[in-house]
Amino acid sequence: MIALLRRDLTLAVRAGGGFGLGLAFFLIVVVLVPFGVGPEAAVLSRIAPGILWVAALLAALLSLDRTFALDFEDGTLPLLATSPLPLEGVALIKGVAHWITTGLPLTLAAPALGFLLNLEMSAYAWLLASLALGTPALSMIGTFGAALTVGLRRGGLLMSLLVLPLYVPTLIFGAEAVRRGALGLDATTPLLMLAGITLGSFALLPFAASSALRVNLR
Amino acid sequence: MSIWEYANPKKFIATTTPLVPWVLGVAIACLVIGLFWGFFLTPDDFRQGSTVKIIYLHVPAALMAINAWFMMLLASLVWLVRRHHVSALAARAAAPVGIVMTLIALITGAIWGQPMWGTWWAWDPRLTSFLILFLFYLGYIALWEAIEDPDTAADLTSVLCIVGSVFAVLSRYAVNFWNQGLHQGTSVPVATGERTISDVFFVPLVICMVGFGLLFFALVMVRTQTEIRVRRMRALEMRMRS
Repeated sequence: MIALLRRDLTLAVRAGGGFGLGLAFFLIVVVLVPFGVGPEAAVLSRIAPGILWVAALLAALLSLDRTFALDFEDGTLPLLATSPLPLEGVALIKGVAHWITTGLPLTLAAPALGFLLNLEMSAYAWLLASLALGTPALSMIGTFGAALTVGLRRGGLLMSLLVLPLYVPTLIFGAEAVRRGALGLDATTPLLMLAGITLGSFALLPFAASSALRVNLR
Repeated sequence: MSIWEYANPKKFIATTTPLVPWVLGVAIACLVIGLFWGFFLTPDDFRQGSTVKIIYLHVPAALMAINAWFMMLLASLVWLVRRHHVSALAARAAAPVGIVMTLIALITGAIWGQPMWGTWWAWDPRLTSFLILFLFYLGYIALWEAIEDPDTAADLTSVLCIVGSVFAVLSRYAVNFWNQGLHQGTSVPVATGERTISDVFFVPLVICMVGFGLLFFALVMVRTQTEIRVRRMRALEMRMRS
């Protein structure tokens, strides 16, 4: 499993594009928002929590169709499926690798972008915590979506349609945590819910993803 | 004699064909009686006036929109566990009916909401969770349409349906948490058995609910038959080609 994780990470870094693309997209979306809604500081700071979360979610979505599609095209995926490693483990590692290559950089970059959107000072800790807790769930849900659509032509668009409704609870709790942080309230409850969603996704979705992969490889 | 006999497509068609006109007939009778009674024979609500009458479309449609997804979930589980094709096809057949019910509930809700709340749409927990349900239906149908091989499609959509159900429930509570809204509480709480609605409105409402339920049942039977026949035609075409 470690070897697979290392391989995926190396591929993501060396192949270029995949690794930085999500971050660049995150930056672009956040920069575009003030152009769209106007540069008024009060307005920006009010919508900043939601915008940061939506942008992070879209950036995570962007790189998802690479998780299985590349391995499927060059024939690695059937090999992985027949390897001694259970397919559930493969799905889990793919989710983790996706999080390390997109979720983690997004989390680390988010405070810098918070400045651009005039986010309240009190919200930065909550922003970091909510993204750190929530983006793993985004990665795992997305891995499941990618596993569903792996053999399809134009699967990326369909995958977005399937995955976005599944993202709703994560988005709500994530943005809620930051919003409460910005208002100076205690945001422990939404953070706990986020952690629950993340743990639940990591416990259950590898099984769903691997059964989808088995069907697609049949 | 067990229920699994009906998993045989031939037996299913033979059983449901004579059943469909009866179910459909009773459904239409219920709807005509219920809607007529509801629209013309009940008094106006003392606060909401005559707009309350849209309840006879809105509530049953919303009820069936949720139950249709529930039925798809059961059918998907049966397909995954026992591999009966009719079950998978019934789930496929139910999805478009379910999405239409969801749309009816959303649209009648908007029409009702405009005079009552002064807005067509509000980001209220119930409305939002219905919109998300609509998106789930959309994804489910799109996945069915996108995959060529019927068995693969049945497997993948079943998995999606199960995962989707979990997240649908989760979204339901998440949006509750997110925003408190305008939508009134339920008028017919199943859990407590207490009714906050007077009998004058309740009797035609129940008739409408029964009508919508039977209509759903009949439509799913007909659509499942169609799916079975489409599948047969496909098999014949494949055989002719080879």
